[in-house]
Amino acid sequence: MAATLPPPRLLPSGDSAVTVEFSRTIDDDANQRVLALDKALAASPIDGITETVPTYRSLLVHYDPCKIGFDALGDKLLPIAIQPPPPVTKARRWRIPVAYGGEHGIDLEDVAKALSTTPDDIVARHAGGDYKVAMIGFTPGWSYLSGLDKSLHMSRRQSPRLLTPAGTISIGGVQAGIQCLAAPSGWHLLGRTPVRTYQLHRNPTFLTEPGDRVTFFAIDHKSFEELDRAAEAGEIVAEQVNA
Amino acid sequence: MSRLVVASIGPASSVQDGGRHGAQRYGLTVSGAMDRLSLAAANTLVGNEPFAAAVEIGPFGASFTARDGAVRVAISGAPRNADVAGNPLAMDSSVTLKDGETLTLGFARGGAFTYLAIEGAIKGETVFGSLAVNARAGLGSPYPRPLQAGDDFTVDAASGTPELRIELPKPPSGPIRVVLGPQDDEFDDANKALFLDSEWKISATSDRMGYRLEGPAIKHLHGHNIVSDGTVNGSIQVPGNGAPIALMMDRGTSGGYPKIATVITADIGRLAQTSAGTAFRFKAVSMAEAQDEARKFAQMIKNLPDRLRAADGVALNIEALSDANVAGYAVSAVDAGTWQVTAEP
Repeated sequence: MAATLPPPRLLPSGDSAVTVEFSRTIDDDANQRVLALDKALAASPIDGITETVPTYRSLLVHYDPCKIGFDALGDKLLPIAIQPPPPVTKARRWRIPVAYGGEHGIDLEDVAKALSTTPDDIVARHAGGDYKVAMIGFTPGWSYLSGLDKSLHMSRRQSPRLLTPAGTISIGGVQAGIQCLAAPSGWHLLGRTPVRTYQLHRNPTFLTEPGDRVTFFAIDHKSFEELDRAAEAGEIVAEQVNA
Repeated sequence: MSRLVVASIGPASSVQDGGRHGAQRYGLTVSGAMDRLSLAAANTLVGNEPFAAAVEIGPFGASFTARDGAVRVAISGAPRNADVAGNPLAMDSSVTLKDGETLTLGFARGGAFTYLAIEGAIKGETVFGSLAVNARAGLGSPYPRPLQAGDDFTVDAASGTPELRIELPKPPSGPIRVVLGPQDDEFDDANKALFLDSEWKISATSDRMGYRLEGPAIKHLHGHNIVSDGTVNGSIQVPGNGAPIALMMDRGTSGGYPKIATVITADIGRLAQTSAGTAFRFKAVSMAEAQDEARKFAQMIKNLPDRLRAADGVALNIEALSDANVAGYAVSAVDAGTWQVTAEP
């Protein structure tokens, strides 16, 4: 029999949802378990579950209390949640083009200064990273990435900006992100991508899924304009690599 | 086909339905009606599915004119004066507008949201199964934004069905019921008690995204930053300043503040219809009680057609007047920046 892991906490989120919490902190192993539980529930659905929302450390399970009660659902969720996650074999990988610095990444120079290095070095460290989509949230398509190079961990801005552009590529704390729509943000803006992680009349509407792998590559600002036009017309300008 | 034209409308009015489900994992907000029971009642009056798309009217007045034929509509929700060509229309009843006739609705008297359902429902292009407006994400159909004068719905011609009223159960009075959690352990017993034992008022800066609560500051045990996790309709999060926010239908799908409690499904519409400035309390109930109430609430919505009655003018108006008296609020001020009416009991 396979070893089992410590059970997560089942936290009531009202009468129609339960938070399955694996950790209180950002923890890659916990996120692995979150995504594994999410996948397991997608593969063998439990009657009454209406929607699941993976986050860094927990899986929010929405359900219909007319179909299943809190205790009965917990009894079904726990045995699945304590199973060790299967090794990740076939994650999708996206190569995301980024125009770093200048008007597209207004914090690049400040970040370089704060870390006593050059903007080029920051770009190399950011683009050289191997990231995983840990969760998507806040606004449509906003992909939170784990895997940021430790040397780039820095606290968020003292005062968040009320509006940052669509496509912003940024870092905040231990996290990196791909932002789709214009939104407020307290993170450091390193660049912009023409890739739309969310686009209404495109198939698929949402490009990234929790669990996808992500790498970045630098493009010049002229290529950004070209790719941005193509993306606006509905083209997926990210490269997909099947690992 | 007929048309229903928005002749005039205030801010914070939009097309809403049961909401956009299934894409919260991609960060897509659910949206949908703030008061699901009233949406369902209005729809039931005109023979629609309970959560079909209707017009959610904010606290200000509005008027709608039938064009190119007759249009049958119904109203339910926050009480307000309504009339068609000088004839008063009671809340919770249907009416057929003849070609060129206008339905005029006054300011909400207590609460905020009144639902105008149209026979055959509002038609549009669904995204994730919903026409609900989510202005931030540019979603909603036929207009992906709050409604404006001149907007125009293509609708079914009126069927000629006799007019109906619906007898809704008296809404439960008393505290807004919550289930503690998911992060009630981020607060000590004294602060949980402070949350449950204090009087609260809804701030005038509230909106469809969240209701800001005015009352004592709630202190966290370990600070206000937690790692973001999922939110639900009715999550009560406590940010750094200690002033709780009840997350409503346009909430973000995840949030990084501890959530002390969650409003039960059966009471979210009641909270949505609580006027800014009106004092109210919360009460913690067990999960078993909350789920029992949720099941009863779902059953009541399913059985709404059993509550339909033939409209009978005079008796109905008396009843409507006494209903309005029960609600008993006089509008004293309206915050122009938001939809909130400041009311005095």
